[in-house]
Amino acid sequence: MELSGGEIVMEALRREGVEHIFGYPGGAALHIYDALYQQDAVEHILVRHEQGAVHAADGYARSTGKPGVVLVTSGPGITNCVTGIATAHMDSIPMVVLSGQVPTRAIGSDAFQECDATGITRPCVKHNFMVTRLEDLAETMRKAFYVATSGRPGPVVVDIPKDVTAPNVKIPFEYPEDLRMRSYNPTIKGHPGQIRKAVDLLISAQRPMIYTGGGVVLSNASAELTELTRELGYPITNTLMGLGAYPATDPQFLGMLGMHGTYEANMAMHECDVLLAIGARFDDRVTGEIEHFCPHARIIHVDVDPSSISKTVNVDVPIVGDVKHVLRDMLGVLRASERRADAQAIATWWEQIGRWAATDCLAYDRDSELIKPQYVLERLNELTRETGRDTFVTSDVGQHQMWAAQFYQFDKPRRWINSGGLGTMGFGLPAAMGVKLAHRDADVVCVTGEASIQMCIQELSTMKQYDLPCIVVNLNNRYMGMVRQWQEFFYSKRYSHSYVDALPDFKALAESYGHIGVRIEHKGEVDGAIREALANRDRLTFLDFITDQSENVYPMIAQGKGHHEMHLASERELA
Amino acid sequence: MRHIISVLLENESGALSRVAGLFSARGYNIESLTVAPTADRSLSRMTIVTTGTEEVIEQIKKQLNKLVDVVRLSDLTESPHVEREMLLIKVRAEGAQREEVRSLVDIFRGRIVDVTDKSYIVEMTGDGAKIDAFMGALGEHAVLEVVRSGTTGIARGEKILRY
Repeated sequence: MELSGGEIVMEALRREGVEHIFGYPGGAALHIYDALYQQDAVEHILVRHEQGAVHAADGYARSTGKPGVVLVTSGPGITNCVTGIATAHMDSIPMVVLSGQVPTRAIGSDAFQECDATGITRPCVKHNFMVTRLEDLAETMRKAFYVATSGRPGPVVVDIPKDVTAPNVKIPFEYPEDLRMRSYNPTIKGHPGQIRKAVDLLISAQRPMIYTGGGVVLSNASAELTELTRELGYPITNTLMGLGAYPATDPQFLGMLGMHGTYEANMAMHECDVLLAIGARFDDRVTGEIEHFCPHARIIHVDVDPSSISKTVNVDVPIVGDVKHVLRDMLGVLRASERRADAQAIATWWEQIGRWAATDCLAYDRDSELIKPQYVLERLNELTRETGRDTFVTSDVGQHQMWAAQFYQFDKPRRWINSGGLGTMGFGLPAAMGVKLAHRDADVVCVTGEASIQMCIQELSTMKQYDLPCIVVNLNNRYMGMVRQWQEFFYSKRYSHSYVDALPDFKALAESYGHIGVRIEHKGEVDGAIREALANRDRLTFLDFITDQSENVYPMIAQGKGHHEMHLASERELA
Repeated sequence: MRHIISVLLENESGALSRVAGLFSARGYNIESLTVAPTADRSLSRMTIVTTGTEEVIEQIKKQLNKLVDVVRLSDLTESPHVEREMLLIKVRAEGAQREEVRSLVDIFRGRIVDVTDKSYIVEMTGDGAKIDAFMGALGEHAVLEVVRSGTTGIARGEKILRY
């Protein structure tokens, strides 16, 4: 089989099992787009802005576990992708971004729409390639998918000069199914001695705590985590990225931890004597002040990335390996062990946790006449459960993201899609689009705010074109809420540029894109609006909730404070 | 602590900037960095001299290993090793200075590789301390131009870094 470069790209995508790609054409990518036009294995979704393409591919990847794929042109095509690529990189999302490049002979000449794509993306990719020879194209495509999806996943950029994809130059096509790279061999199995040590330590614990992150989701290890946690009977908390890895409605679940985590989760972290950290990276928003982090604990850390281990917090029992494999092995060792945990100590520990939980740290003013954002999310949680349908929730970044994480109960992995690491406003809507494309039968809700949504709102047009009827829950408080909250607490209420003036009429805006728009100003209308949106399954509904402007996210650990120094809503004043 | 890290990496465009970018992005120190292809032309060998606490050095090694282009690495300072740097230095050499410089070069086992009626170029290899000592002995006023290669090194004995 002789193929041109453009055809090789498409054939490689087909062999990788890619069904959907997100992109935007332009000069340097036209040969590839021409090859795309002449095949039907891969469906292309034409976005309105390349950033939207990357976030959509990202949402697609997070919700399915399959790599998201993007196709863009050179210059502004790839620079517009950078925010999306960095977002995927921070959260270790498997993704392949294909970018056209000016012809090889023009590289370095400041040609029209030329930029150093591999240079610009280098710090925010897992790896990138520029293919300067047609003979290298097939193998590079294989390498890109292999690197993106194995070990700790991440985005890979493949930059392809236009002459490499020329339709008139064809070469024999061979796809290297069995690829080996001498410089890249991720560790899969954990060290058996370390695993035994970890299980021994867990059994000897008096006040154990399990803390898990996005790695459990990425490794598809929810079942193993749930089994191990139940077998041990220990309390568990998830990071923002890890929500859904353990069922939120399970009594052993203490809620999210960290800056806006629950009081019980954070206090249990602070007081525990053995901490089992799995697929989590001790992010600063999770640990609070490192000096005060888990002062009494001996720490076990399971991670596929050796550089995550002892990066910010020194650990006692490191285990490098794929979370799923390691958890399976831990379960095996635990079940084979004759030792059992100290039941008395564990019962006492649960009593203590019960006293912390009794503070009801997520309490808010339920009697308020204004629409409280927490109320909207509580109702959304309740009403989407009532449908019995699978529901995915994406979010943008800020207060609404924290409230969604606190109040929406995720019982399954890959249902909570948000930009945790980079914190990218504008992520939620295009991500929802990617999720919906992959899960047409499920309900997909984008929880956002009036500031975030405007950063990628143009994708409402794409969602119309491809009939992707999501529900947008816009918590409209006429402020960049999280910025305003910090300014209230730490800048003596000097609200510098956190107020969004001249907001659009979101109802009319949604309607102009061909969707349903609803403005909700009264608490009594909340349920009805959500129910109606859930019933309108063939139309996108944009719900614009006019919420209380002054609401803050509690509880909160201020920067520089430890887990034991949380502030609850009842003590509004923060230092 | 000063560490010398030897890295075998794919001899591909961009590999050097991945390493340099890693050091700048994560705020690690680079005292010197040298790189050239190995006997196997598909690989390059890089020698990085860096400083940091034990934790930082550990992270540097892990982060380097994480780069997809890096095949293998070794911390030379963990065991006996030989390290060398090459110095090319142009020095003032007029009148009585000519004899003085020549005897210093002999003492430090360097070589004079270029001679004019006003200057010499001296070539010297050695570890950083020896080269510093030689330059100190010459005195600042004698030095016209200096170029140092940065450190390269290799482990002593059986220990071998290759693919």
